[in-house]
Amino acid sequence: MNDWLNLLIGLAMGLNLVALGTSRLPSLIRVAALQGMVLGIMPLVIEHELRLLAVAVAIATVAIKGLVIPALLRRAMRTANIDRDLHPLIGFLPSLLLGAAGMIGAVVLASRLPLLPEHHESLLVAGSLASVLAGLLLLIGRSKAISQVCGYLILENGIYLFGLLLIHSVPLLVEGGILLDLTVAVFVTGIIVDRIQRAFDSLDTRKLTVLRE
Amino acid sequence: MKELLLIIVPLVAAALAALWPNNRTRPWFLPVAALMHTLLSFGLLLYPPEAPFHAWFGYDPLARAMLPAVSLLFLGCAAYGVPYLQLRSERSNRVFVPAFLAALGLMSAAHMARHLGLLWIATEAVTLSSVPLLHFNNTPRAFEATWKYLLVGGTGIALSLLGSFCLGYASLHGGGTGDLTFAGLVAQGASLSRPWVLIAWVLLLVGYGTKMGLAPMHTWKPDAYGEASGIVGAMLAGGVTTVAFTAVLRVRAVVEAAGAGVVANRTLLVIGLFSMLVAALFLLSARDFKRMLAYSSVEHMGILSFGAALGGAGLWAAFFHVWNNSMTKGALFLSAGNIRRAAGGRTVDEVSGMSVITPRSAALFVMGLFAVTACPPFGPFFSELLIVKSAFGTGHGWAAAFFLGCLLLAFFGLTRVVFAIVYGRPRQAAREMDPKFRETLAVIVPPVLLLLLSLWLGLFTPEVLRQSWTAAVQQLSPTP
Repeated sequence: MNDWLNLLIGLAMGLNLVALGTSRLPSLIRVAALQGMVLGIMPLVIEHELRLLAVAVAIATVAIKGLVIPALLRRAMRTANIDRDLHPLIGFLPSLLLGAAGMIGAVVLASRLPLLPEHHESLLVAGSLASVLAGLLLLIGRSKAISQVCGYLILENGIYLFGLLLIHSVPLLVEGGILLDLTVAVFVTGIIVDRIQRAFDSLDTRKLTVLRE
Repeated sequence: MKELLLIIVPLVAAALAALWPNNRTRPWFLPVAALMHTLLSFGLLLYPPEAPFHAWFGYDPLARAMLPAVSLLFLGCAAYGVPYLQLRSERSNRVFVPAFLAALGLMSAAHMARHLGLLWIATEAVTLSSVPLLHFNNTPRAFEATWKYLLVGGTGIALSLLGSFCLGYASLHGGGTGDLTFAGLVAQGASLSRPWVLIAWVLLLVGYGTKMGLAPMHTWKPDAYGEASGIVGAMLAGGVTTVAFTAVLRVRAVVEAAGAGVVANRTLLVIGLFSMLVAALFLLSARDFKRMLAYSSVEHMGILSFGAALGGAGLWAAFFHVWNNSMTKGALFLSAGNIRRAAGGRTVDEVSGMSVITPRSAALFVMGLFAVTACPPFGPFFSELLIVKSAFGTGHGWAAAFFLGCLLLAFFGLTRVVFAIVYGRPRQAAREMDPKFRETLAVIVPPVLLLLLSLWLGLFTPEVLRQSWTAAVQQLSPTP
């Protein structure tokens, strides 16, 4: 089971680098969606026997992270009719290098931390930390509101990966609450993105500079 | 189970308000629900219910020491909200009123959450419910502030989720069975895995510290407070920050039980003093009187963090300061809202002579200034004095001196702005402003009452409050 899981995590970590290196908004959205779907099927790989509930959660996650949220972002992108190029505040090559360095750092850090025996072989902690770093890099290093939302999604994916370590000990109610909160958060963000577009006629957050010291 | 009504009543009121058809009468839901909430929370303050050990929600000593203050502040804001929303009758309040009420219910939930996961869920929900409140004015500036609030606040809250997971893993690694209530985690104590506890502490402090507005995670605060209306600013500065402070204290108790209390206290001390310094420096150059209030809030969060770092008597004083902060911030934000409405501007370059145009609000604003800068005999003077005393008593002499220096700088910064807008000759723009705005009793009485409460708290701190703060200190560090 660990081999399959590690393969998926490796895939998600590779997608982090793709996200950092891509120069087009539609492909960034696609990468974030793909990563969400990869994450969504992980609980099925972890569980020893397939329970109905686990399948339902997996389907919900894949649908929300892989279809609903990307569709929302694409719609915002189309209605805003914005230029599809990402104007990076941190260049693509530097962000790739930083992302790769972060990944190595995450693997090293994860091997230093005390883990339970059943997690020794798994890449969960390393993948989680690497995705959190990649998400933060995108948040800071890209100027379009939608690309920042993608960064936030990748950050969230990293946290989700960490959450898988606790999958057997967190009560379902709490898990459901967390998932609900995150979904609402993205919806609210989507609404605000839409309003910003109408108010500023742009989704470039570099134009949000009225408020400063 | 009476304490659950503190969550249910505002949420039910929010649902009813969302269905209510009339825009003009809908704001009345605010004071009605707020009054019920206040009566409940004070009833429970006087007759505290038992909080079962493993309960997920409970009106435990910590919630009892803080929640009534938020409740009282909300009552003041709600009373002010009725005339305010009637002045703004051109905008639909169909979203504003339910979101404001929902925020109250969720804040109660977050105060009473005794489970790591639930605490996160409630705090995140408070953040989300305040989004529609921030862009109520619908101006481009308001959207800019909302975007920054979402982005910075969202990242902070995401990091606190990661921190919660790390703390959960620390428990799992230490042989825990997945009991993630704070009581359970504290009971697990030293068997928690230390490296994981330390990672969790850093992430949770950054996460909830963002919500509290500790420097350097305070960057959303000036924008959000500057653009939000007075009642929303007051609620954010006196209510939401209190929620985050409660969260930090609950986590700190676990870290202390795990044997890393010294590290936790040191980080709280440093981050508290750093926040005070940053706030004081920005206050010295502030020109906008609403953004000024945001920096003052950063300063007071620094004071709370400093007090909590001292433990024992310092922590007790921090609870006292939570009450004072809520009352004085309420008075300041509400009177600043009046001034802002009458003046039509917000910076010292645009506004002056408000003592002529809005004499009552200007007087209140000046009194509020004295209260917030800890001039006797207002409450903050006494709580800050206790914090300084406890700092000297625990051998933090240098830190106390630094603390006093920052307070002095902040005092200079605040008085400079406040007197610049209150005195002098009124500007032409303000004379031509909206003649609809009158200083009616409805917009003056709530801030006056909040200010009087701050005075009363300082002069005659009720015994029941003192005793509730002592109980909360005992809950957080059972061995003094």
